[in-house]
Amino acid sequence: MPGPVTDPRGQVATDTPTRRGTEAALLGFAVLITVVAQIIVDLTVTGHLRPEMAGFSVWITALWVVAHLVVRRWASYADPLLLPAVALLVGLGLTVIHRLDLAAEQVNSTVTREDAPVQLIWATLGVALFVALLVVVRDHRALSRFAYTLALLGIVLLALPAVLPASISEVNGAKIWIRVAGFSIQPGEFAKICLVVFFAAYLVDKRDVLALASKRVAGLELPRGRDLGPVLLAWILSILVLVFERDLGSSLLLFGIFVVMLYIATERASWLFIGLLLFAGGALIAYQAFGHVRARVDTWLDPFAYIDGAGYQLVQSLFGLGTGGLFGAGLGGGRPDQVPVAKSDFIASAVGEELGLFGLVAVIVVYLVLVERGLRTSLVVRDAVGKLLAAGLAFAIAWQVFVVLGGVTGLLPLTGLTTPFLAYGGSSLVANFVLVALLVRISDAARRPVAPHATPVRLGDAPTEVVMP
Amino acid sequence: MNAPLRRVAISVLVLFTLLIINVNIIQVVRSDDLRGDERNTRVLAEEYDRERGSIIVSGNEIAVSVPTDDRLEYLRTYPQGPLYAAVTGYYSLVYGNTALERAENDVLSGEDSRLFVRRIADLFTGRDPAGGDVVTTLDPAVQEAAMAGLEGVTGAVVALDPSTGAILGMASTPTYDPALLSSHDPEAIRTYMDEITGTDAPDPRVNRAIENNYPPGSLFKVIVSAAALQEGYTPETVVPAPDIMTLPQTTQQLRNFNNSRCDPSQQQRLIDALTISCNTAFAQLGIDLGEDKIRETAAAWGLDDEKMEIPLLVAPSGIGDIESDAALGQTSIGQRDVRMTVLQAAMVAATVANDGVQMKPYLVDEVLAPDLTVIDETDPEELRQPISAEVANQLTEMMTSVVARGSGRAARLPGMEVAGKTGTAQVRPDVADHNWFMGFAPADDPQIAVAVFVANGGGTGGDVSAPIARDVMAAFFEGRG
Repeated sequence: MPGPVTDPRGQVATDTPTRRGTEAALLGFAVLITVVAQIIVDLTVTGHLRPEMAGFSVWITALWVVAHLVVRRWASYADPLLLPAVALLVGLGLTVIHRLDLAAEQVNSTVTREDAPVQLIWATLGVALFVALLVVVRDHRALSRFAYTLALLGIVLLALPAVLPASISEVNGAKIWIRVAGFSIQPGEFAKICLVVFFAAYLVDKRDVLALASKRVAGLELPRGRDLGPVLLAWILSILVLVFERDLGSSLLLFGIFVVMLYIATERASWLFIGLLLFAGGALIAYQAFGHVRARVDTWLDPFAYIDGAGYQLVQSLFGLGTGGLFGAGLGGGRPDQVPVAKSDFIASAVGEELGLFGLVAVIVVYLVLVERGLRTSLVVRDAVGKLLAAGLAFAIAWQVFVVLGGVTGLLPLTGLTTPFLAYGGSSLVANFVLVALLVRISDAARRPVAPHATPVRLGDAPTEVVMP
Repeated sequence: MNAPLRRVAISVLVLFTLLIINVNIIQVVRSDDLRGDERNTRVLAEEYDRERGSIIVSGNEIAVSVPTDDRLEYLRTYPQGPLYAAVTGYYSLVYGNTALERAENDVLSGEDSRLFVRRIADLFTGRDPAGGDVVTTLDPAVQEAAMAGLEGVTGAVVALDPSTGAILGMASTPTYDPALLSSHDPEAIRTYMDEITGTDAPDPRVNRAIENNYPPGSLFKVIVSAAALQEGYTPETVVPAPDIMTLPQTTQQLRNFNNSRCDPSQQQRLIDALTISCNTAFAQLGIDLGEDKIRETAAAWGLDDEKMEIPLLVAPSGIGDIESDAALGQTSIGQRDVRMTVLQAAMVAATVANDGVQMKPYLVDEVLAPDLTVIDETDPEELRQPISAEVANQLTEMMTSVVARGSGRAARLPGMEVAGKTGTAQVRPDVADHNWFMGFAPADDPQIAVAVFVANGGGTGGDVSAPIARDVMAAFFEGRG
């Protein structure tokens, strides 16, 4: 599919198609896959359709119809692949969570709590926020005005669980929650977005200074010592998260996003090098100082040696994936419930077990499409803040997916991040809807034809009177 | 900013490619290892969630799955575990399946294609697919008598229906309780396994009826006799039977059992030589017949170094390499490299009993669907015919003489003639001899053929093994009324 036609000055030809028809068709496809997958799960596991199936189908269809109409009205030139990719992932996630609900009921019929309906409500809330954001934020550049407010908000959100008592904030050793009145919120998910917006605004502001090189060492242009401040700050923030919240994932995520955005803003590879160095130092310190980090690494290196303890989850995940093989056991045909917390952290292994290598790779490719469309938006959009913001958001998804999927497949140590859009968990889902709303907003700006009057005209060629067509 | 953006886009592609490669390694390259890993309870749990079919002996379940309350839905139980262990084998979380639990696993687990039509029906009716039942050919009276006879010794018994090849009894000692290896408690399973295999005592998991082969000693003289009869000898033919025989091209002397004398005249009739199991007579006879004839005859009876399935895997029987006439002499009395399984010995007796036709032995009579309809039935099958009916009659006459007045007198039964042959095989000078008996009854209308093997029994085939065979046959006829 050809993208928007741009001339060398970055101007878009005025006959750019909106591609809303493509989006509608792809969304229809995603809804179809979701509903069919749900039917397969019900028939395979219980042998009959659940009565709520019709209601679910209507609900999920309505959700995407609304999202689509809002995009059509308020972001008509948005990238047509972003929303369908999200719809597919959310639909698959709902299906796998429903499937695991059924598995839990089979093992213990007294369990009546179902997570899939809850997740559907979160998805609805996510779409609502998506809609609100598109309606309210008409120009992403407006966000940079709130950069420092968002930074403060991000840090507060990030720090909140750390300062709250463990009874409210700690689950399974990680202090990253706020649990009030039966709801659990992971504020870190929202902090991530606030900080990316801040990074984008801040780095665009400061990039000229940060791009200054002072010394050339071994082929690398190194920045001046005093310009190391921001990257050190981000590093310390990450370490603090690690120390006070025992959250390896968010720590790694934040630092990775910042370094990559810094690199994009300054175009200096030396920042990557410095970031890598700081990461290595931090990793070494963390490994030496924190038992939970050391345990994670040891388990990763040889999960089978810790099969009865820390390695149990990973080994079960590997068994699930291996048993799934090429084609998988089929939806409802496997035993994904054997992996502890399969609904959230390990949902990818449930996908791999029941849909096989093909299913899991398909999911990875859908993520890849989402990320690359985001990066493409970044390439095409004309303003610097939008460029950096889109890049940061897209890379945030990429980095998170890589770290999580790498963790559950044994490529990387486990970190405890959630799988975007797929995994059970309200905060993650809602936050990622906000993230994708921002991407949609920026992609609309990227592809929207430039109004002719905005074309700069050289003074010498200017007629004395400009007649607007 | 576009140049670094492109590099980031490419890096993301690389990262995701790494993910995909890694998933490929796990789900394709390591798939079989991970799936088959004994700690992977997925496949197993699926198996244990189904009602596994039963193994049945004349209407009674000797292996049956019963529902439980624990994580695995069904527990495999063996109501008469030690009695039938050699046949059922075990069904273990830790050590896998053996014997019929392994050989008939497809039927028992419900995966056999013959059950497939029913399984599709299961899909629509929403029933849990269940396994089929395996009905064995065993006769409980025969099995019990065999195990009773082997009490306290290491050995094996096989009983056959000579006219069909159906296995009526298959016992091996020492035995064990398969239920204790098939529980749901891996720790208890390992402890019991250590208990039964962790000592110097013989391994009870070995089915000595089929998995090992042993030197048959004088049993082999029946096959040499068959070769001679085919070459025109008769039971009345007089053959040389010296007290001591020097093996050709050696100074090695071959003697009779306990240095006894076969006949003062140093020669005797073939029937008499077999009756008293004269070593020198058969060594000389074998050398006279020649290696080719002996080898050809042995192979014709099934001593052909081939494995067999009944459906349990049976070790091959054979006569080994024969380098010289001296070796041929020793081979002819069942020593040197001659090896037979206990099943093979029973088959030799059954062949004589069945007018020279050797039937293919089988353990599974019928396969039943979960609703107990018969979906498969074994048809008796001729395996080979090593001898004519006439030669078979002559051998029957000779073997009847063995039990009536020779080395096998301990196998006599009241009211009927029994045919048989004893064997006492030397193992090593410092180890007690193996004791054998094979035979059938009644001699004129054979109903059952039996082979008994007692490892290192320390006596002769006649006084250690023949009485066991007699009891097994007596139990059989008693059971038939």
